[in-house]
Amino acid sequence: MEKKDTRSGFGDGLYELGLKNKNVVGLCADLTGSLKMNKFQDEFPDRFFQMGIAEANMISMAAGLATAGKIPFTGTFANFSTGRVYDQIRQSVAYSDKNVKICASHAGLTLGEDGATHQILEDIGLMKMLPGMTVINPCDYNQTKAATIAIADHEGPVYLRFGRPKWPIFTEEGKFEIGKALHMRSGTDVTIFATGHLVWNSLEAAKALAEEGISAEVINIHTIKPLDNKAILDAVAETKCVVTAEEHQMNGGLGDSICQLLARHTPLPVEMVAVNDSFGESGTPMELLEKYGLGIKDVVAAAKRAIARK
Amino acid sequence: MKKSIAELKDYVAQTRRDIVRMVHGVQSGHPGGSLGCAEFLTVLYQNVLRHSPDNFNMDAKDEDVFILSNGHISPVYYSALAHSGYFPISELATFRKINTRLQGHPTTHEGLPGVRIASGSLGQGLSVACGIAQAKKLNKEDKLVYVLMGDGELQEGQVWEAVMYAAHNKVDNLIATVDVNGRQIDGDTKDIMGFTDLKSKFEAFNWNVISMDGNNLEDVQDTLSKAGVLSGNGKPICILMNTEMGNGVDFMMGSHEWHGIAPNDEQLANALAQNPSEIGDY
Repeated sequence: MEKKDTRSGFGDGLYELGLKNKNVVGLCADLTGSLKMNKFQDEFPDRFFQMGIAEANMISMAAGLATAGKIPFTGTFANFSTGRVYDQIRQSVAYSDKNVKICASHAGLTLGEDGATHQILEDIGLMKMLPGMTVINPCDYNQTKAATIAIADHEGPVYLRFGRPKWPIFTEEGKFEIGKALHMRSGTDVTIFATGHLVWNSLEAAKALAEEGISAEVINIHTIKPLDNKAILDAVAETKCVVTAEEHQMNGGLGDSICQLLARHTPLPVEMVAVNDSFGESGTPMELLEKYGLGIKDVVAAAKRAIARK
Repeated sequence: MKKSIAELKDYVAQTRRDIVRMVHGVQSGHPGGSLGCAEFLTVLYQNVLRHSPDNFNMDAKDEDVFILSNGHISPVYYSALAHSGYFPISELATFRKINTRLQGHPTTHEGLPGVRIASGSLGQGLSVACGIAQAKKLNKEDKLVYVLMGDGELQEGQVWEAVMYAAHNKVDNLIATVDVNGRQIDGDTKDIMGFTDLKSKFEAFNWNVISMDGNNLEDVQDTLSKAGVLSGNGKPICILMNTEMGNGVDFMMGSHEWHGIAPNDEQLANALAQNPSEIGDY
């Protein structure tokens, strides 16, 4: 299967946007190559702003550009896109209702060798708590590219989260619908709700479960906020138990959002595949996913636990 | 039509009345810094900005823009906006009250015409202004972006990120005014985290720096005109505006004590007696 990094999906999507929408502008804090923003920079130099290593200024300046009618896409690592600039996002972007697209690469453990300083695992939580913020975590190159293009047409602040490693491409090219859960695989024993890189692990886990006679449904929740409540509640109506899977802290992530929804509507057993109140460390992406319990076998085990609790 | 100095004086007196009445009315808010900036915002809104108060557009296409970075001086800002026609003067009576568009710190969130960004958490306005200024350059507009910051606010590191950015990128349609009143909540700025020679600091970053007496209407008028002339010459412009916190209300001057407290009934009457105006209260 072909593999490509999701950040390249962002870079290619941004370039396409640049061709068709002259209001789209790019800002980057000294990570143009890492964010794959070079093509946009080369083709549209007037609409590209090199911000230097000054993320706070970048976010507030993006709010200014949005005030004047531009559609700014900011680019830096997820850590520097969120935690470092939370107050700028809160006041100048979210509370001020600005049409800023905060595009965050190298999210989660799969950043790899750089270690925990750069592996933010709290960003989804930080961003989803902000009123009016849309939070999107696509699963592969195609979906990241489509999401990048789609958010330009969405009026309002968006947090778009993607990653560094080369990852299987398993979704079709095409349109991205914000807030619409994607059904990836049918099943009747358990529903696995996954986001980002963990969608792939969940599909692989569903295959392994099938070999043991367990039928697992897999749903791709690329948009964590607004959550597709209806799709989630419809899915669990038959399976009656749930696994959530994400490259994020258990606190504040996708699983937490789904637990809130289920608790209010239809309490069911939930097992969460996520990082459990811990920082990451250096290692290869695959080693880290294994060590922190986000591997394929961890999703398999979680599914069995969920079913046992029915 | 531009207002004469005599007319502006009347507006300044009315603005001072509005400030102390608003803060008194809700027994909260920031009168000191607001009073110090009354002349500046009066001249800016009555005589300098090329804008359309009766037809407010968020994107300010082909208009000058003012961004208030030190949002706590919202009373003077709201007064200037109301008296230039952005919203009814009577609405000043709702300042800081439940369901108001005149929030404690300015916001776009309640839809108040004239406000283009929320401010209150300090240090962000210069960056926002840089963004609007860069958008105007992309649009090939010749209009200007003004921003006001407090001198204490310069302790925020983000300000210097934006100072560096604006100079490096020749954002020369940007006029940043610093309210140098030498005071902040905990005391005098020189004792809390002093600046030696702000002029040299901005010049070292390659800004064009001019100074004015912010409580002298003629000087404010002349200096803002001069700043306009200096724009478009490859450097952002900084105006170091020396002011007296609490200016125009004698018992509020000379200390930082009136940064964020409200006058009582007696103090209000005293302040109003010092500032008669022909314009009329809200």
